[in-house]
Amino acid sequence: MTAVSAPTRPSQLKEFWRYFSENRGAVAGLVLFVALVLMAVAAPIVAPFDPDQQFRDNLLAPPMTHGAAGLFVLGTDALGRDILSRLIFGARFSLFIGVVVVSISLIGGIVIGLVAGFFRGIVDIVIMRVMDVILAFPSLLLALTLVAVLGPGLVNAMIAIAIVAQPHYVRLTRAAVMAERGRDYVTSARVAGAGALWLMFVTILPNCMAPLIVQAALSFSGAILDAAALGFLGMGAQPPTPEWGTMLAEAREFITRAWWVVTFPGLAILITVLAINLMGDGLRDALDPKLKRS
Amino acid sequence: MIGFLLRRLGLLIPTFIGVSLVAFFFIRMLPGDPVLLLAGERGLSPERYAELMSAFGFDQPLWKQYGLYIWDLLHGDFGTSISTKKPVFTEFFTLFPATLELSICAVIFATALGIPAGVIAAVKRGSGFDHTLMSTALIGYSMPIFWWALLLIIVFSSGLGWTPVSGRISLMFFFPKVTGFMLIDSLLSSQKGAFLSALSHLILPTIVLGTIPLAVIARQTRSAMLEVLGEDYIRTARAKGLSPVRVVAIHALRNALIPVITTIGLQVGTLMAGAILTETIFSWPGIGKWMVDSIFRRDYPSVQGGLVMIALIVMIVNLVVDALYGLVNPKIRHQR
Repeated sequence: MTAVSAPTRPSQLKEFWRYFSENRGAVAGLVLFVALVLMAVAAPIVAPFDPDQQFRDNLLAPPMTHGAAGLFVLGTDALGRDILSRLIFGARFSLFIGVVVVSISLIGGIVIGLVAGFFRGIVDIVIMRVMDVILAFPSLLLALTLVAVLGPGLVNAMIAIAIVAQPHYVRLTRAAVMAERGRDYVTSARVAGAGALWLMFVTILPNCMAPLIVQAALSFSGAILDAAALGFLGMGAQPPTPEWGTMLAEAREFITRAWWVVTFPGLAILITVLAINLMGDGLRDALDPKLKRS
Repeated sequence: MIGFLLRRLGLLIPTFIGVSLVAFFFIRMLPGDPVLLLAGERGLSPERYAELMSAFGFDQPLWKQYGLYIWDLLHGDFGTSISTKKPVFTEFFTLFPATLELSICAVIFATALGIPAGVIAAVKRGSGFDHTLMSTALIGYSMPIFWWALLLIIVFSSGLGWTPVSGRISLMFFFPKVTGFMLIDSLLSSQKGAFLSALSHLILPTIVLGTIPLAVIARQTRSAMLEVLGEDYIRTARAKGLSPVRVVAIHALRNALIPVITTIGLQVGTLMAGAILTETIFSWPGIGKWMVDSIFRRDYPSVQGGLVMIALIVMIVNLVVDALYGLVNPKIRHQR
């Protein structure tokens, strides 16, 4: 290590970036993820065809087929729709699902966890028992049942997955709040006259964020996987939506005849989830010194 | 230790009541009238409809239905399946061995590969093997297993023709059920080729269901080993002149395994969720497929009973894991 000339403390963001960029996998994940987001945003420009347009002359065309309409890079499905275009538009759904599920479960989980950890007593007991109940069911089974109750569809699938993901945030927030609430800075804020809401959200919450951000990254990828699984089981997004899991469900019967209709949607799910998990690992290393990669 | 166990058991009761409430009320909220669904296309006369409604108890007020339900649950009566007319309890435990067999094989697969891989990666930290293994583990951890299953079918079933696509055993074989485990029953039947048939049906589902646990176990073993390898007693063991193999296999691994075993125990929920997808794809006649089918058939009592029993199994396994962990790690026992 060379001598550091100016002993000023680097800004938090800079310090975070230094740790994060040390992890090459995390940077690769970030690059991939940004590329995916850009692709999803610019889908109408990037995609060679309309995702729902059916080319009747090119049903189940293998990859790199030159059709009358142009080049089908990843082939076409049973209705003659361009798979690449459908995958590009599908990225919108998957990322949207991730964002919505994480936002709902993160916000809900933080509020419930703060209340439980801050007030303790009977409120805490009731909340934690309810969370135990949710955790007692395998997540996909509970989500599946919830969707069956609410009716199949993308929105209901997102709600179900968010409900199932919630308890993890509640537990993390509660544990962090319980660790922080006895600290001197909280007591001094209380003595200075801060109310319960101020103490919860302004004084304590910012100091509990690290594990929550890591969990958010993990459940972002989990949400994409679960939504795709629900779509695959016919309980998520409904055809003809180009959601990746739903595309796989439609492709299942052609598994022996056309490998590409099955292979590419799954590959898209895998790459997206992998990119997010790589980022999650990097976030954990950079944000949470306690969980530092051993 | 007893106090710790009693406290944990005490926590199970409210959770169980919650689980039964969730199962009961969610199922009542499912769209579609079960009696009309049962009647199918032919329709029903109003008299017959009323008769069936009261036979199933659907004409009672909700709270009464719930009270009756709990009463029956406590007596081991989980209701009668609407589609097969058999008791849900019987139905569940007829199919459960299939799921159990698959899950056990998946856990064995994941453990037998995951622990050695994690140990080697930790010992050769920073090596090419370590990097390759950790990247592979991350891919496994990110795998959409329903797609993974389809890929394996494309390659090994339709491509190479090595393994069958669905079911537990070839239709050629028939023998009485003894244990419910196809591998054991096929051996007991002493029919030629039966065991191999059962085994070949089991391979792909086992790999699919075991993939995520394998990745988790390999990662967990590696980090637990790295932690332990830095401890003083390992340095002492090395300084004593013990062989490196002995130090790793006996002194380090034994201590590193404690968190790993906990992790394996806590994979039950993941396994059940995975079983839903795996069994659906491979037409494996177990609990996961049965639950999905029951949800699609709107078989209220089956979904209800299945939810409660699966949650009960997950809760009990978690309790056992907790107890074992408490047994080997006294620090946990005294925490609240």
